[in-house]
Amino acid sequence: MSRVALRVLLDQLVTGLIILCIMAAAIPVVILLLFVVIKGLPGITAPGFFTDLPHPIGVPGGGVFNAIVGTLVVVGIASLLAVPIGTLIGIFLSEFGRNRVGYAVRFVSDVLTGLPSIAFGIFGYTVLVATLGHFSAISASAALAVLMLPLILRATETALVLVPNSLREGGLALGAARWRVTLQIIVPAALGGIVTGALLAMARAAGETAPLLFTTLGNEFLQLNPGRPMGTLALTVFKNALVPYSSLQDQAWAAALLLVLIVSVTNILARVYVRRVQR
Amino acid sequence: MQTEVTPPPVFESDPEIKLDARHIDFFYGDFQALDDVSLAVQDRKITALIGPSGCGKTTFLRIFNRMHDLVPSARVTGEVFLAGHNILEANTDVIQLRRQVGMLFQRANPFPKSIFDNVAYGPRMLGWPRQRIEATVEECLKDTGLWEEVKDRLKRSALNLSGGQQQRLCLARALAVKPDVILMDEPASALDPIATLRIEELMQELKRRYTIVIVTHNMQQASRVSDFTAFMLMNRQRAGELVEFGATDDIFNRPKDSRTEDYITGRFG
Repeated sequence: MSRVALRVLLDQLVTGLIILCIMAAAIPVVILLLFVVIKGLPGITAPGFFTDLPHPIGVPGGGVFNAIVGTLVVVGIASLLAVPIGTLIGIFLSEFGRNRVGYAVRFVSDVLTGLPSIAFGIFGYTVLVATLGHFSAISASAALAVLMLPLILRATETALVLVPNSLREGGLALGAARWRVTLQIIVPAALGGIVTGALLAMARAAGETAPLLFTTLGNEFLQLNPGRPMGTLALTVFKNALVPYSSLQDQAWAAALLLVLIVSVTNILARVYVRRVQR
Repeated sequence: MQTEVTPPPVFESDPEIKLDARHIDFFYGDFQALDDVSLAVQDRKITALIGPSGCGKTTFLRIFNRMHDLVPSARVTGEVFLAGHNILEANTDVIQLRRQVGMLFQRANPFPKSIFDNVAYGPRMLGWPRQRIEATVEECLKDTGLWEEVKDRLKRSALNLSGGQQQRLCLARALAVKPDVILMDEPASALDPIATLRIEELMQELKRRYTIVIVTHNMQQASRVSDFTAFMLMNRQRAGELVEFGATDDIFNRPKDSRTEDYITGRFG
């Protein structure tokens, strides 16, 4: 076979191999999504799913309104804690962190990323539940905030490092102080990456279950006070999946579908936002 | 035969010397990049630094606005006088210095903001009132020949401009803080010939009000544009040294040093 023909054949073989690999990676995900959609559709389209509170066990119907509100509150407070702090740490690491302190912070952050999420739950339990004497949404928020922190921190640092150094030099050469160059030129230039990192961390937190098990415990009723236990969508899935009542199982599937939708929409919004900002 | 480089002579017409660099040695860690370079930059004239790549022209240029502070391993000895004050002293107000001594970089580096916000960045930082800022933006864009091209799209992103326009925008941005000196580090090396010509025309207009120091590896540009030329070379220890300095006409037509003549006539570099 001629060298050209051999090269073309090899090219086609490897391309085929890559496509096989893509399918191997994508097919399980697609199947999972389809499963969740198919199983969750009856529950999510049931009347009152979004607006009703859960009914007593055995009574058909009901909804997850309290869980939706709970998810928003818990993740919202966690974001309020984690996003500003994480962004500032990321800025520090990128602009002033080429030293031993920065190395230590990055190391700890990387370790935290690998920690099983239930460890954050134990942390929230020990620090806020045991000391305060009761379960609460805010202890869950604290646990989730610590979980989100390394994600936001790293995404911010990466986004800032990607900003070309020529911009820093341009700003400094105009007689701007370093803090000014960092906050007024570099951070806005990296905003797309920073916001994406924050949104992805929030989506991750919304789906977490283990840290919530013994911090916010769950609540069958609508609760708006973060100092009391609150239900979330992830906890609803956990509780209702193992119960032998089909209407509750439907609700579990529907809650899972809702979570998937929230995460997907957040991801899409993040990408759309970045594309707009880079116009 | 090595020619002894003496500090530049006082010219008969007694012009003002804007920047006076004396016996500059520059080190990156243990590596010496500049060896005893002395140069007097004339006020409101264009001084060109020419020489082969790596001879330290850009390193030397960046001393004038203390940009070498950004490199942790950089060390300078010697003095650079601006308005009677040695800017290399530790107690120099570097922020103020960089407003007085502006810089144009090799590759245009507009901020990812609107055209207006780019030029207005300096004035806003200085706290000028809105009307003054708007007037300054218009004036600087006119000075760099951009006004007619961009006046209808000042709020659009600066990144949509062509390379030549971006470089002129960066120049307008530097002018907006009203510097005395403009340092240009091979400003046209990334531009096409027509854009290059426009930058050179701009320089001729600007030198009436600003002192300009330009690093260029394009000899023809140096001979076209500058009033004074300094020729630098790497010595045997790979440190940059000043070989010859004088009026551009003299350097290019009657060079005193044989190395200058060799470089000018293209025998090396």
